[in-house]
Amino acid sequence: MSSQATTQPQPGRYLAYAWRSLLVSIWFAILTFPIIVIRANTITGTITWRWHNIGWIVGGTFVGSWIWRYFLERKRAGAEATMGPLRQRLAAARAVVTQAARRPAVARGGIAALLLLVVAFPFVGGMYQTNIMTTALLYVVLGLGLNIIIGLGGMLHIGYIAFYALGAYSYALLNLHFGLNFWLALPVGALVGGLFSLAIGIPVLRLRGDYLAIVTLAFAEITRLVLENWSSLTFGTAGIRNIPRPAIAGIRLTLPQTTTFVYFIMILMVVLTIFVVNRLENSRIGRQFVAMKEDFIACQAMGVNIARTKLAALGLGGMWAGLAGVVFAARTTFINPASFTVWESIIVLCTVVLGGMGSIPGVITGALVLILVPEYLRAFAQFRMLLFGAVLVTMMVFRPGGLIQKRRRAYTISAQEKQVAAEIGDPGIQG
Amino acid sequence: MVLDVRGLTMDFGGLRAVDQVDLQVNEGEIVALIGPNGAGKTTFFNCVTGMYVPTAGTVTIARPGTDARQITRMRPHLITAQGLARTFQNIRLFPEMTVLENVMIGRDCRLSAGILGAIMRNKKTVAEEKQVVLDSYAMLEIVGIGRWANETAKNLPYGAQRRLEIARALATEPFLLLLDEPAAGMNPQETRDLVALIRRLRTDHQLSIFLIEHDMSLVMTLSERIYVMDYGKLIAVGDPGEVRRDPSVIKAYLGEDVSA
Repeated sequence: MSSQATTQPQPGRYLAYAWRSLLVSIWFAILTFPIIVIRANTITGTITWRWHNIGWIVGGTFVGSWIWRYFLERKRAGAEATMGPLRQRLAAARAVVTQAARRPAVARGGIAALLLLVVAFPFVGGMYQTNIMTTALLYVVLGLGLNIIIGLGGMLHIGYIAFYALGAYSYALLNLHFGLNFWLALPVGALVGGLFSLAIGIPVLRLRGDYLAIVTLAFAEITRLVLENWSSLTFGTAGIRNIPRPAIAGIRLTLPQTTTFVYFIMILMVVLTIFVVNRLENSRIGRQFVAMKEDFIACQAMGVNIARTKLAALGLGGMWAGLAGVVFAARTTFINPASFTVWESIIVLCTVVLGGMGSIPGVITGALVLILVPEYLRAFAQFRMLLFGAVLVTMMVFRPGGLIQKRRRAYTISAQEKQVAAEIGDPGIQG
Repeated sequence: MVLDVRGLTMDFGGLRAVDQVDLQVNEGEIVALIGPNGAGKTTFFNCVTGMYVPTAGTVTIARPGTDARQITRMRPHLITAQGLARTFQNIRLFPEMTVLENVMIGRDCRLSAGILGAIMRNKKTVAEEKQVVLDSYAMLEIVGIGRWANETAKNLPYGAQRRLEIARALATEPFLLLLDEPAAGMNPQETRDLVALIRRLRTDHQLSIFLIEHDMSLVMTLSERIYVMDYGKLIAVGDPGEVRRDPSVIKAYLGEDVSA
């Protein structure tokens, strides 16, 4: 902060940016030449050369690359050192908000406002909005569940959607054959999700990182293929229809009413998930998870049973997917294997990574952003994947910890307790 | 005798990293294992602590006042629970966790809270958690880094990180502390403080200490008995004076020509 002059990029820098950006844009022009410039008409057998397009490519890449470099440089120089007036104001605003949030009256008011918003949403927003929000909430639960495995336990699991599928199918099938109702199906789905997660966890206990990712990815595909091909049990690609919606003992609800009802079920489930995950995180179990993620050799050497810790994380994570799966089946009333592709796993993974691994508010934000934004940007549906990719790459470069980064908890130790501890230790040797 | 290793051998494919090593640590003793680079010291350590499964040999331990028990082939976390705790040559903390949390992981094998306890947060779990915080803080005070309790571990100065590793090991309630090059990368002042700390740990906490070290001055001032390894074999045992004069040790360290 003190050395303003040295952190300001020098004019020579800009020239260097320009030169490199020019190289990038030329390279890009050559790369995209066959698709952007040449258009072959196979019917008439003619070729149109669209040279003007290359101008757009070169210009666009040049500007884009230049901006990219500029921000990278600023990032390298350190966020605080190059804090512009806008960011300073933002930081000041944030400080005011956090200060205010600490006051109980403000905090209570904030919670009340949030509660009101949540309760009023389906009545103000209408059925379409409520449906979208319910989907987003499903992903919040999935994200928080996967967060136990990835964010806390540090296991890169790409087959998470399989447990979601198993939850959904267990409700659909048990209802079809034994008439099991939605409420009973919830714990059953959770149990199925958790048990299957454990079952695939045991053989992969020794695997970490990329290897674990590959195995879990394969597991998700196997699950989907089994669902698709074991027609006598799962009805294959035709799927299962007429799955009953959630109902309260005998009262028949209209469709809009059910939509609202499911929305509130999801709200309750999200609250329950936050509650449980938060408590797990701030406990011996959560500490074991994080230690395992940070350094599993040291963790083992300090007396933590790694095998049990891994299985605990997998089992707990799988349960939430199973639970969410039951709600999914009940809400859509129709499921088939097409809903449970690897792509869905990737989306859930992205919500965790984008939001901030291990951070509950982060994952919630991530899920809401990733599910809601594409819904409201339907007009740009063509570019959705392009934007998605661009956002993820930008995030990984400029904010690798996610939107809301995890902060470790500080413990308070009273002065009196410190005194007791200090008497045990020798004050003669410090630092 | 708190540690009794007999005929310990470790093969990696065709390479014999540790060859028929016998080693004993008595109650309250500070014993060092030295040797040139690649002599097999750390491998030996890893075999004793269960990180590697030795090819042959036995490791027996006895917490003072209890019967001896064999720990060969036991899994590392169980060995730690038995009362052996170690530090690492290249510091292995949990970098993103706070200093206090690092030590709390060390307490882990003495805790009993489970998943249900964590979710329900019953009286027993709450009390246990409170106790863990206090116990862990006391460990930090013992090694003299209490003021950094809520700092992220990776932000600590190097010497403090080494101390934190010792605090974390102490938290497991060991009777034998195994230190793998505790003074590596420390300046002379830090090394002197470390010697004082290790001595104090032994007397105040009834610990036996077994360490690997490269820093000769530290080994010679601190340890009562020294084992010397070269090419996986034990080549000398004795007190610092004897080891210093032993021709095979001089040869191993300085090469053949200077052996006079």
